[in-house]
Amino acid sequence: MKALMFGWEFPPHILGGLGTASYGLTRGMSEQPDMEITFVIPKPHGDEDQSFLKIIGACNVPVVWKENSWEHVNNRIGKIMHPDEYFWLRNGIKYDFRRIYTNDLGCIGFSGKYPDNLIEEISNYEAVASVLAHQLDFDVIHSHDWLTYPAGRFAKQISGKPLVIHVHATDFDRSRGKVNPTVYKIEKDGMDAADHIITVSDLTRRTVIEKYHQHPNKVTTVHNAVEPLPDVDSFVKTPRKDKIVTFLGRITMQKGPEYFVEAAARVLSKTKNVRFVMAGSGDMMNAMIDLAAKRGIADRFHFPGFLRGRDVNEMLAQSDVYIMPSVSEPFGISPLEAMQVGTPSIISYQSGCAEILTHVVKTDYWDIDAMADAIYGIVTYPAMYKSMKELGLEEVNNIKWYDAGLKVRAIYDKVIRKH
Amino acid sequence: MKNICFYFEIHQPLRLRRYRFFEIGQDHYYFDDFQTEDRIRGMVEQAYLPAIRTIAEMIRSSNGKFKCSFSISGVAMEQLEQYAPEVIDGFRDLAKTGSVEFLAEPYAHSLASVYNRSEFEQQVKLHSKKIEALFEKKPTVFRNSELIYSDEIGEIVSALGFKTMLIEEVKYVMGWKSPNFVYNHSYIPKLKLLVRNNKLSDDIAFRFSDHSWSDFPLSAEKFIRWISELPKSDPVVNLWMGFEAFGFYQRAESGIFEFLKALPYHAMEQGHSFALPSEITKKFDSVDSLTSPYPNSWSGEKDLSVWNGNDLQQEALNKLYAVSERVHLCKDAPLKNDWLKLQTTDNFRYMSHFDAFGTHYTSPYEAFTNYMNVLADFLDRVDAQYPTTIENEELNELLKTIISQENEIATLEEELKKARARKKKEE
Repeated sequence: MKALMFGWEFPPHILGGLGTASYGLTRGMSEQPDMEITFVIPKPHGDEDQSFLKIIGACNVPVVWKENSWEHVNNRIGKIMHPDEYFWLRNGIKYDFRRIYTNDLGCIGFSGKYPDNLIEEISNYEAVASVLAHQLDFDVIHSHDWLTYPAGRFAKQISGKPLVIHVHATDFDRSRGKVNPTVYKIEKDGMDAADHIITVSDLTRRTVIEKYHQHPNKVTTVHNAVEPLPDVDSFVKTPRKDKIVTFLGRITMQKGPEYFVEAAARVLSKTKNVRFVMAGSGDMMNAMIDLAAKRGIADRFHFPGFLRGRDVNEMLAQSDVYIMPSVSEPFGISPLEAMQVGTPSIISYQSGCAEILTHVVKTDYWDIDAMADAIYGIVTYPAMYKSMKELGLEEVNNIKWYDAGLKVRAIYDKVIRKH
Repeated sequence: MKNICFYFEIHQPLRLRRYRFFEIGQDHYYFDDFQTEDRIRGMVEQAYLPAIRTIAEMIRSSNGKFKCSFSISGVAMEQLEQYAPEVIDGFRDLAKTGSVEFLAEPYAHSLASVYNRSEFEQQVKLHSKKIEALFEKKPTVFRNSELIYSDEIGEIVSALGFKTMLIEEVKYVMGWKSPNFVYNHSYIPKLKLLVRNNKLSDDIAFRFSDHSWSDFPLSAEKFIRWISELPKSDPVVNLWMGFEAFGFYQRAESGIFEFLKALPYHAMEQGHSFALPSEITKKFDSVDSLTSPYPNSWSGEKDLSVWNGNDLQQEALNKLYAVSERVHLCKDAPLKNDWLKLQTTDNFRYMSHFDAFGTHYTSPYEAFTNYMNVLADFLDRVDAQYPTTIENEELNELLKTIISQENEIATLEEELKKARARKKKEE
């Protein structure tokens, strides 16, 4: 089974949860002995882990025929891609893309981030997909998130191979309902063209069925999992006088930070030995600093800013409670990461991961009383902390990407049979 | 000929209301009366009333030959008195027929038998008093909440003056022995034990309307035939179940009441009779003793794990029973009332990760935080009267002194009385 996957991010250079999920899923699928994955991303940095799949950088795929010597190509991109592969891919150029600005190798420059001309980058990605679809050999196409739907669609059109799209989020989650029509169109076209749609939670599945008018038979949920932390034992919680309650994520409307501040104010009205941390950055950060000051809890409310890499795990491991009051979260991997380092989590029912977790406290995102109660319970009653820590750890260690990979594989088999 | 012994359990928990931590110290009312009333009314109309009517009719039409016993927890009696007095009246009428017996149990349907002996004894006495006040009959047979039994508990029960106790058919206690005989306590031969017949009891309570059961549908004739097919030497068949089996778990539409009504006719036709637990122990000698070193029950894995199997439950139970000595000292009636209600086993069952039967919480963690918030407020109230800064041992010493002084005063008074009487005589 050969799969051609289109993605946007891949660790270690990631901006959100998409990269983590792409890595985990492909890694889990690669444990199936006959699985070969080619993963396309806009701009690889050369330090990606390629031990279990092949990565192709869209910025190194020629879309316009340019004559170059082997040495020149080797000098330019030899570090990331073998020149022979460049020349071989060049044979896949079947359309005239000279309207797009290309460099001396006939390749398009991608930022690989989320720039202002994102829509342009998405359509350029489509051009790359056409070359790959002509030249590569594969059985199924798998597109991760809306940025890559057009590419997947085009590849399907050219190759006639089935298309599976993977919905990691929809614009309804990102915008709390006020969707961008352009984005919606790209999403809807992708879903319409797909042979099967994978969603990361039943919550997202419902959105796809209800808001994008997809037939329920065509939509399957495959919950995300979490990669085991190799150095989990190196995170040791230092004993402290004060308990720490942590929020970690983009400080935006979608993540419900204001509910966290309100819940914190309630907890602090009753007990003093608790500190609250809101890690991350975002457009609501200043408003949250204001709100904390207005509630008179600024002395116990801390904003350490954006954390990355090991700092994230360290912060989670040092916390007594992790809280994710998201208003709409397609899946939400961070509570699982908190549980991995033994930190009890409180999550909103509006998060996809609530569907598979039992040893967490679930509340509605707006129910600040329930949230405050749960925080108070965990920091006050040692049995509650201990229970959630131990049983949560056991639970999260049993959520494996390998199992998610098997479900995806079953979907591949089904669409190929139908084709 | 077999003696069929029916006993029905009636218990409904008082539901705790949503009690947030910021109410600790502010509000001392813990119960959700609306939910409690709603549940008990539903239960009464669907199950208790029609079942009582059916049983009254069975007694009448069989000329008092049909007999059965009831065990009603104190907590349930209070609810019935408040929300459904017609049920109490129904039981009173049944009591007058003489074909009905009421059993003794701990008042609060609690785990006190395992956690605190003196609390257990007090609750049993309180319950017997309440039964006597309502039905004018003093219970002589004991059944523990959830049929919890161990040798140790049997010893306490015997010391309380009961001669018969009901227990569950648990494999590791019974071994190859049949539940259809009378047994006795492992080292107190005068305490007789009756054992529930698991299979036949659950056939009625849980399987009656189960379409996937191979013996569906179950008719009264068939059921009595099963009893007749038991070995000739077996004298007793103990059919014990929750009273809500009639009308609630087995709906009226399933024909459960008609099944019940037809039982006496078929039983008598095939030569069986009905008997009360107290009659059985008088009639039959014990055939052997049963040893049960660990507490067992009729729920879940037939042990205590559904109430104290995880860290949450143990924490809650330990915190609760840690103050029992102090509460015993209190004279404050509302406090003592809350103390009883907080001991009801259901509170702990809702915290089970595997078997939170009947829970109204969304998770065991929610059940735990809510209960602990209530308990925190309750402990504060106890603390206000008897500060926890005084060590338990110190308190016990004080208590001992008080009690011994009281005893001394009593004996001295007795002496004084005698002396005075003597003096009067001499005069």
